[in-house]
Amino acid sequence: MAVKSAGNGPKAYKPVSMSSKEYQAFAKAREPARSVWSNCLRAFLAGGIICTIGQGVTQFFITVFHMSSKDAGNPTVAVMILISVILTSLGIYDKIAQWAGAGSAVPVTGFANSMSSAAIEHRSEGLVLGVGANMFKLAGSVIVLGVVAAFVVGIIYWIFGIGAWHDTTG
Amino acid sequence: MILQGKRTWVFDKPPVIIAAGTVVGPDEGEGPLAADFDLVHPDLEMGQPTWEKSEKLLMEQAADIALQHAKLTKDRLNFFVGGDLMNQIISTTFAARTVGAPYIGVFGACSTSMETLAVASLMIGTGAAEFAMAGTCSHNCTAEKQFRYPTEYGSQKPPTAQYTVTGAGASIVARAGDGPVVTAATIGKIMDLGIKDPFNMGSAMAPAAVDTIQGHFQDTGREPGYYDLIVTGDLAGVGHPLASEMLKRNGVPMEQTKFQDCGLMIYDVEKQKVQAGGSGCACSAVVAYGHLLKRIRKGELRRVLVVATGALLSPLSYQQGESIPCVAHAVAIESSHPGYQGGVTA
Repeated sequence: MAVKSAGNGPKAYKPVSMSSKEYQAFAKAREPARSVWSNCLRAFLAGGIICTIGQGVTQFFITVFHMSSKDAGNPTVAVMILISVILTSLGIYDKIAQWAGAGSAVPVTGFANSMSSAAIEHRSEGLVLGVGANMFKLAGSVIVLGVVAAFVVGIIYWIFGIGAWHDTTG
Repeated sequence: MILQGKRTWVFDKPPVIIAAGTVVGPDEGEGPLAADFDLVHPDLEMGQPTWEKSEKLLMEQAADIALQHAKLTKDRLNFFVGGDLMNQIISTTFAARTVGAPYIGVFGACSTSMETLAVASLMIGTGAAEFAMAGTCSHNCTAEKQFRYPTEYGSQKPPTAQYTVTGAGASIVARAGDGPVVTAATIGKIMDLGIKDPFNMGSAMAPAAVDTIQGHFQDTGREPGYYDLIVTGDLAGVGHPLASEMLKRNGVPMEQTKFQDCGLMIYDVEKQKVQAGGSGCACSAVVAYGHLLKRIRKGELRRVLVVATGALLSPLSYQQGESIPCVAHAVAIESSHPGYQGGVTA
């Protein structure tokens, strides 16, 4: 096998000589911008629509089943979760989310979507190691960080707010 | 076969791509190149119980179609060189179990299409094989599941994200026969300019494409104008303009030729809502083996350089904050049509 030297054409191109820093700035400057304002508007609309539907469901429980507005809360959440899981199972929720962004991620429907989508996805690995182990893959961090945040807020409240609490109630 | 320059193989008896097979999913079947694929699945499940099995099926079918087109039986195949995106390259390996030929598994992420074709051509060019098959596959849902989120999870993708192509492509390379020939292959080196965002792989991979394209010209003494078309694998709408601009800055006269990207060719990017465009092992494989080979056979193209680009990240590496190492492999495919003097110019 022969080894030939490089061709003898006029091929003195400059090598790729950008530093990482230069290249990242170069790429960043040419990146398509995320449309923050339209995303905010969409999130506002989608989140608002989801909450309006939720309010409608609450109203339904209040008027039809004569529940107090406090009692209507739990069945409302259950219905919203059910709707979200059905839409996830039908492959619709992720399409709504691409449009809605945070609008469909923040309400309880987003939480239900994160759990049901993981459960569906990992069903193929079995009920225990698949569904059981992966269901909280995405939602788990929300729960952990939520509990930690509640703990920190609780401590702050306990240190600074306990006197005020006595004042207003006692 | 000779090594020319640092990292280019130039074949004095060019291996012939005697046949190819391409299979795609529903989105690719709605794209502008739909007519060039051998088989289009109407849904992503393809009658399989898991996404992983669907991806394996794609590879099996592409291999099967390629063998049929070559009028070869499986036992005539000396080697199957393949790889895919899944952990431990299970899709190709499991498909290779069905194919039954001696198997070499490789991993080059989305550069696997040309990496396997280069290796298969090397086998033929050196007399190490009579018939070698190169193949790769990817599936949108397996890639989402492994690299991103569950397929049905509602997360908004940024405009720099890319859409993994569902499909598989296989080609059969032989010492002699009818079909386009492989005249050269340039092997890429790992380029990493510090991009860490797995939703911006086009930017991460662009320097690798530039480096391999320039290396190819330096090693072969060819100029961009030697080719009717130079395509990158899956730089898509974000990475491809970056590569163009870098090549221009480095003084490479890309205006002599057409410079396109498989990730932009396979979909109607605006209409099909695929963010920046296509990606995945199958992206460059089905465009090269379906669309480009057919155009070469028809005589619409004579010389094409396919530069498949790969982002060699893992879900673990980017979660640990590592940047994305990338690679690009280039294979020159030329017409062997009578009357056309294809082949070596070295």
